[in-house]
Amino acid sequence: MPAYRPPRIAASEITPERFFLDRRSFLAAAGGLVLGGASVAHAAELKASASPFKVDEALTPEKDVTSYNNFYEFGTGKGDPAANSGGFKPTPWSVKVDGLVGKPKEFGLEELLALPLEERTYRMRCVEAWSMVIPWIGFSLANLLDKVEPLGSAKYVAFETVVRPEEMPGQSGYFQPLPWPYREGLRLDEARHPLTILAVGLYGKTLPNQNGAPIRLVVPWKYGFKGIKSIVRISLTETAPPCTWNLAAPDEYGFYANVNPAVDHPRWSQATENRIGEGGFFGSNRRDTLPFNGYTEDVAGLYAGMDLKVNF
Amino acid sequence: MAAIPLLPKRFHGPSVWALYALGFIPAALAFYLGATGQLPGNAVKEFEHLLGLWALRFLVATLTITPLRDLFGLNWLRYRRALGLLAFYYVLMHFTAYMLLDQMLRIPAIVADIARRPFITIGMAALIMLIPLALTSNNWSIRKLGQRWNKLHRLAYVIAAAGALHFAMAVKVVGPKQMLYIFLVALLLAWRAVRTPFLRWKRQRTAVTRSHPATQKAAG
Repeated sequence: MPAYRPPRIAASEITPERFFLDRRSFLAAAGGLVLGGASVAHAAELKASASPFKVDEALTPEKDVTSYNNFYEFGTGKGDPAANSGGFKPTPWSVKVDGLVGKPKEFGLEELLALPLEERTYRMRCVEAWSMVIPWIGFSLANLLDKVEPLGSAKYVAFETVVRPEEMPGQSGYFQPLPWPYREGLRLDEARHPLTILAVGLYGKTLPNQNGAPIRLVVPWKYGFKGIKSIVRISLTETAPPCTWNLAAPDEYGFYANVNPAVDHPRWSQATENRIGEGGFFGSNRRDTLPFNGYTEDVAGLYAGMDLKVNF
Repeated sequence: MAAIPLLPKRFHGPSVWALYALGFIPAALAFYLGATGQLPGNAVKEFEHLLGLWALRFLVATLTITPLRDLFGLNWLRYRRALGLLAFYYVLMHFTAYMLLDQMLRIPAIVADIARRPFITIGMAALIMLIPLALTSNNWSIRKLGQRWNKLHRLAYVIAAAGALHFAMAVKVVGPKQMLYIFLVALLLAWRAVRTPFLRWKRQRTAVTRSHPATQKAAG
C-alpha cells in the first residue's frame, strides 16, 4: 500500500485561524461571546494553538463545511442539519465518562474547553465518496481518557450522542431513519492514537450545531460516520461496542470503517471521492481516495496482520 | 363531480408544446445554477439527483393519465406522449450527468458500477427499456405496430417500478421520499390490475342508469 506522509509544517509558520476571520464573522463571534448561552453562541471565537497535524491541501470553504452535513438527528438531507438545528441547545453540556475506568467522571463543557486546544487540519472522507478538508479545533482524546484512568480490562471505547426529540426533529415523528441514540466505538488503541481528537470547534469558532455541537469525535483515517456528534457519554468496555451504522447494515458499514479505496461499499466504489466545494460543475473535483485517507504512515501499524478486506 | 373547464380545442396542440417547454425548466434552471456555482455542496450530485427525481415524476405522471380518465373522465391523453418523452429525456440527462460530470468519462468505473451495483444495473436497464418506447412515441409507429404498440408500451410499468426501486436502493436509509414513489408506482400499477373489471362495472352501471332512470331515483 503506498504510504502518504502528511507534510509537517512548523507550528510557527501557521497563521492562527482567528487572524483570518473577516470583520463580519468576527463581529458575529464577538456577539456570540457576549450572549453566552444563546443559540448564536456556536459562533463564539475559540483560541487554539497550532499543531503539526495539518494537511497541505486547500481548505473546504466554511460555507460548505457548515451546510453540507450528515447528521440524521436533524434530517437525512445534506442541508437538513443546517436548516433544522437552530433550536438545539449545545449549552449547558456535560459528557459522562464511565465504564472500565478508575475514576469515572462527568465533565462539564467548560472543563473540556479548558483542555489544551489545538487546531488540526484533517481530511474528512465520508463513506458516501465525498470529502472535505476541515480545520478542526479540539483536544486529544487520549488526554481525556488519561484523566479517568482506564482499567487494564478496558479494550474498547463506546460513544453515545444526545437524545433530544424536542430539539432534534429527526428523533421524533413517524419516520425515524435510525434507532437512537446514535452510537459509535473505537478500539482503545485507536481512541488513544495521537490523531484522534474530540473536536469542539472548526474554522476558529466553536462547533456549529449542524457539525455536532458542542463536542464530537474526529478520527481522520476512518469514514466520517465514525465521527459521532454531540457526545454525552463515553464508556470504556471490554467487548466491541454496538455501532449504529454497523447494526443497521453490517455488510455495508464495518466496525473499523477505515478509509480504504480497495474495499468498495456494496453499492458504490470507494476508489475515488468528490472533494466538496472544489472544481465546480465541470472541473475535476473527483480524486483518488488514499488508503487510511492519507494517514497510512501514522496508523497502518494499528492494523498489522489484519485482513482489512475482512475487517473493513 | 365538478367539471374541470375544458380547454378549447384550438389550444390542445400548443398546450402540448407548452408542456415540453415547462418540462425542461427544472433541468435548465438546475444546469444554470450548477454552471454558475450556485448549487450548494456537491453541485454535480445535486444536479444528477434532481434530474433523476424529475424523471421519476414524469414516469409517475405518464402512468396517471389512464386512471384520471377511468375515474374522473378527464381526457389528458394528448399529454401522455410528452410526459413519457420528458421522462426519457430526464433519464438520459441523469445518466449523461453521471457519466460526464460525476464520473468524468472514467469508462472502467462506469462499467464496473453498472455491472456490480444492483441499483445502477436497474437504473441502466430502465434507461435501455426506455429507448424503444421513445423511438416509437410517434403516430407513424402507432399505426405501423397496431396492437403490438400497446404491448410494447406496457414496458412503462416495468420502467416505473425500476425507477422507484433504483431511487430507494441508492440511498443509505429508505425515507419518506422513496416510500412515496414506491407507493405511487405500486398504486398506479395496481390500478392496471383492477382496471378491466372496474370499467366493466362502470359501463354496466351507466347502461342501467340510462335504461331505468326512475329506478335509480327511487333507490337514491
